[in-house]
Amino acid sequence: MASIRFKGITKKFGEFVAVSDLDLEMHDGEFVCLLGPSGCGKTTTLRMIAGLETPTAGQLLIGDRDVTFLHPKDRKISMVFQDYALYPHMNLADNIAYPLKVRGEAEAKRHARAREVADVLKIGHLMERMPSQISGGQQQRTSLARALVYPSEVYLFDEPLSNLDAKLRLEARGFLNHLQRDMGMTAVYVTHDQAEAMALATRVAVMDAGKVVQYAPPMEVYRRPATTFVANFVGSPPMNLLPVEAMIADGALHLKADRVSVAPLPVSRAVAAALKGNGKLTLGVRPEHLSIARGGEANAITGQLFANENMGPEKLVTLERDDAARFTARIFTDDVIALDATVTLGFSSEHIHLFDQAGARLPMDGEPV
Amino acid sequence: MTRYLGLYFTRIGFSVATALIGVFFALPLVWFIFAPFNPRAELGLSIPEPFSLANFETVFQNGFAMRGLWNSLVQSVGGVILVGAGATLASYALSRSPIPGKSVITYILLLFSSVVSGSAAMVPIFLIINGIGLIDTQIAVILVFAGGLLPTAMFILRDFIDSIPKSYEESAMVAGASPVQAFFDVALPVIRPGIVVVVVWAFVSIWGSFLIPFILLRSSEKIPASVAIYSFYSEAGTPIVTLLAAYSLLYSLPVVILYLFASWKFGFRFFGGIKA
Repeated sequence: MASIRFKGITKKFGEFVAVSDLDLEMHDGEFVCLLGPSGCGKTTTLRMIAGLETPTAGQLLIGDRDVTFLHPKDRKISMVFQDYALYPHMNLADNIAYPLKVRGEAEAKRHARAREVADVLKIGHLMERMPSQISGGQQQRTSLARALVYPSEVYLFDEPLSNLDAKLRLEARGFLNHLQRDMGMTAVYVTHDQAEAMALATRVAVMDAGKVVQYAPPMEVYRRPATTFVANFVGSPPMNLLPVEAMIADGALHLKADRVSVAPLPVSRAVAAALKGNGKLTLGVRPEHLSIARGGEANAITGQLFANENMGPEKLVTLERDDAARFTARIFTDDVIALDATVTLGFSSEHIHLFDQAGARLPMDGEPV
Repeated sequence: MTRYLGLYFTRIGFSVATALIGVFFALPLVWFIFAPFNPRAELGLSIPEPFSLANFETVFQNGFAMRGLWNSLVQSVGGVILVGAGATLASYALSRSPIPGKSVITYILLLFSSVVSGSAAMVPIFLIINGIGLIDTQIAVILVFAGGLLPTAMFILRDFIDSIPKSYEESAMVAGASPVQAFFDVALPVIRPGIVVVVVWAFVSIWGSFLIPFILLRSSEKIPASVAIYSFYSEAGTPIVTLLAAYSLLYSLPVVILYLFASWKFGFRFFGGIKA
């Protein structure tokens, strides 16, 4: 196991900048998720660790070794590919044992080791099958077995669960989490699914347009998103964001928007610096912090009922304002709730997130920045 | 009712028409199978009476013609090895490496190859081969065929390799394989169905080709079957139908066998990989 360090890594494809001046450190034994929309540079970042892409500029270290220009085979890494990349002409035993074959292990020995790993992953009985003769979930576990069959310093995962159906994905996710607890491996995991990142990572690097926007433990990313982009990406459904007029008067922050009432808030240093009197801010509230208003709430949003979706343990209630802006609330109740055409949602002041006009978070005083 | 009747007759008419067209195309093949066994075969179709192998006996005694079949085999196999190996390596490189303008290279080669193997280039080819002193050698024939067929073979194979995910070799390299190991262990077996298609196509092209060996070869002991077949024409230029038919059947057998073998062994699948 080893740490990974990016020092000013840039990767360009022609004129297109895929990864821009990246500085990132992943500690020994950490499970880092690179999270972001497609085209944000997360896969390119992973492929540079693997050596399948060469950085245009910068330096990459695994442990104390400079691997920037090292061939993939010499990096002591394992990788699980999105399409599994199982060799169609080899049976499962040969597929899993292939890394040992190129290391010159004798056939009996490498097949025994492959069987060992396959048994842990519950595919031991399939060793004679060809990859085309097993299910998608089994193919996924075969590619995982091939990555685990030899000792590596770093384990790389390129959206390994995205080709599985929903139920299998949950099962595989739980297994990966268990594996990480068991092995304490250094892992880098690329995904566009925020739930996967939240569930697996010890730290999440949220990426956007070739840059890391926030790099923090998952709960930190969830509780204190650094930008509106992160707020919008993490959480399901994403955070409700609403442009508001802001004004500081009588030592308090007053927020105003159509059909929204917000109680005056204390003025934090960040807000004071951003506003200088009055201006525009973005107000954020997570759906799970909104509830149906019973009257007397400090803060409330009113709109026309747009959708009322039953999810089982919870309901998703979506409102639409006249300007087509929508707000979603997650209401945790088993009861059938009858709603009028016009609905008011309430929320408490402690659940308010504020962002400046550029989208950067304005922390409350005393909040770690 | 009348409507159904009309439909009925249309159906019958259609079937009769297709049957007639089928017979039209089948007749030469039927002749091709029957004539060799008929000691009195003519250009008209007739059932062999009596059924005999006399034609083959005469053909087998013709050393020149038999040697032609052997030469055909030498030239075809030689050309196929060059085309197969060359096209595999070249198209793999063209598909996987970031050479700028690589598709332009393939298209230009493709364009020129249709000129090179065409009859328009016969005079320059003759002069070049004569200039390097390879005239009247089997090597000359093999080289000219390889040059003419390679671009198309590369074009077909490159398309095939493009459709195979790079992650196969990438996963092999991450697992510790060198690029050469990744090619032979992983890429080559996956590409093999494509290579088989190219090999069969190249073999058939060389086996059936007349003009190039006719121009480049002079001595009778080097001439392939496609040229040697003219020994079954009389001085006046009329074919000796009985012997010609027997020899033609022998001449076509290797190609038929190759097709059957390739189709049995590889199934002529054009696209490999795993279905998800």
